[in-house]
Amino acid sequence: MSFRPDHEIYKRRFGRNLGVGLLLALFVGLVFGLTVVKVLAIGESGGFDGVVRQGAAPDAKTP
Amino acid sequence: MTEMRTNDLTGEAGFGDYVQLLKPRVMSLVVFTAVVGLLVAPVPVHPFVAIVSILFIALGAGASGALNMWWDADIDGMMKRTKGRPIPSGRVSPGEALGLGVALSGISIVMLGLAANFVAAGLLAFTIFFYVVVYSMWLKRLTPQNIVIGGAAGAFPPMIGWAVATGGVSVESALMFALIFMWTPPHFWALALFMKTDYSDAKVPMLTVTHGRKATRAHILVYTVLLAPVGIAAAFTSIGGPITLAAAVLLNGWFVVGAWRIWRRDEVQAEADKYSVEKAVFRFSLYYLFLHFAAFLADAALRPYGLGGW
Repeated sequence: MSFRPDHEIYKRRFGRNLGVGLLLALFVGLVFGLTVVKVLAIGESGGFDGVVRQGAAPDAKTP
Repeated sequence: MTEMRTNDLTGEAGFGDYVQLLKPRVMSLVVFTAVVGLLVAPVPVHPFVAIVSILFIALGAGASGALNMWWDADIDGMMKRTKGRPIPSGRVSPGEALGLGVALSGISIVMLGLAANFVAAGLLAFTIFFYVVVYSMWLKRLTPQNIVIGGAAGAFPPMIGWAVATGGVSVESALMFALIFMWTPPHFWALALFMKTDYSDAKVPMLTVTHGRKATRAHILVYTVLLAPVGIAAAFTSIGGPITLAAAVLLNGWFVVGAWRIWRRDEVQAEADKYSVEKAVFRFSLYYLFLHFAAFLADAALRPYGLGGW
């Protein structure tokens, strides 16, 4: 029993789907990486909205 | 046989066809000049933010390439050099190219704004608008100075790279813009002299067709002479230094001599030696831009060690 080899068009479709899939994965990775970099840049005193609050800074907690 | 005929009619594009729509060769120049603009700026950028910003600048350039191919599909099909492009060859439909171009433009502008700042994103948006609407749709088929105007779109990337780092524009970034802007016409007109293209069939008013080859030779000399002070002036700003100054003097001197040799020749002489001078100047012009921007980079890299910069 033998299967006929796939026509070239299926390989082309597979290549296209693979390319789009990899690009989407890359995009997700870039957005995640950017989020990490931006959040770390805010620091502990920044909070969720990036506004600096003196009370949240580490040295403000020590008497 | 039946299967072949059926699949030929589907005209499905491969992934590479969509990549080709983004003009990857143009993108490489955009990436290089934008990287230089970003790295020579006086404000440090987080490496990840810098890489992401350059990626989205490249994507924006690719999007404008796709929109250009969508608009110019009719004339691309008439010219030997461009009739193998994805749209005229039938591998990608015009609607797909339009959709891809618009979607990638939006993604690249918004993501650059979020990754870096909205001055850089605004400049990228303006670059795409300028290349697609002002150059491709409006002036390319209207005036023989189309190459001059198109050059402005290609000149924005170092300015965008600078804006990613600094959040603004400056004399330095304007001079990097001016350098590419003034370099583009002599570069393309040197090519137009020895590439016997079919612009006249496609009704694109190239200078070689509308004003003749003698006038084109004169234009190359004038623009090259005007380019020299821009390169030398850039060497005296904060992005320049002794390396940039030496590179600017040598490269511009060489370019002006090459342009003068082109201007002195006529078509009989050029035909006799198969356009050897025009071809040599065109090849040199590629090195010119690369080496000029590499000199900015060298001065910036050596500045912390007291060797580059002023």
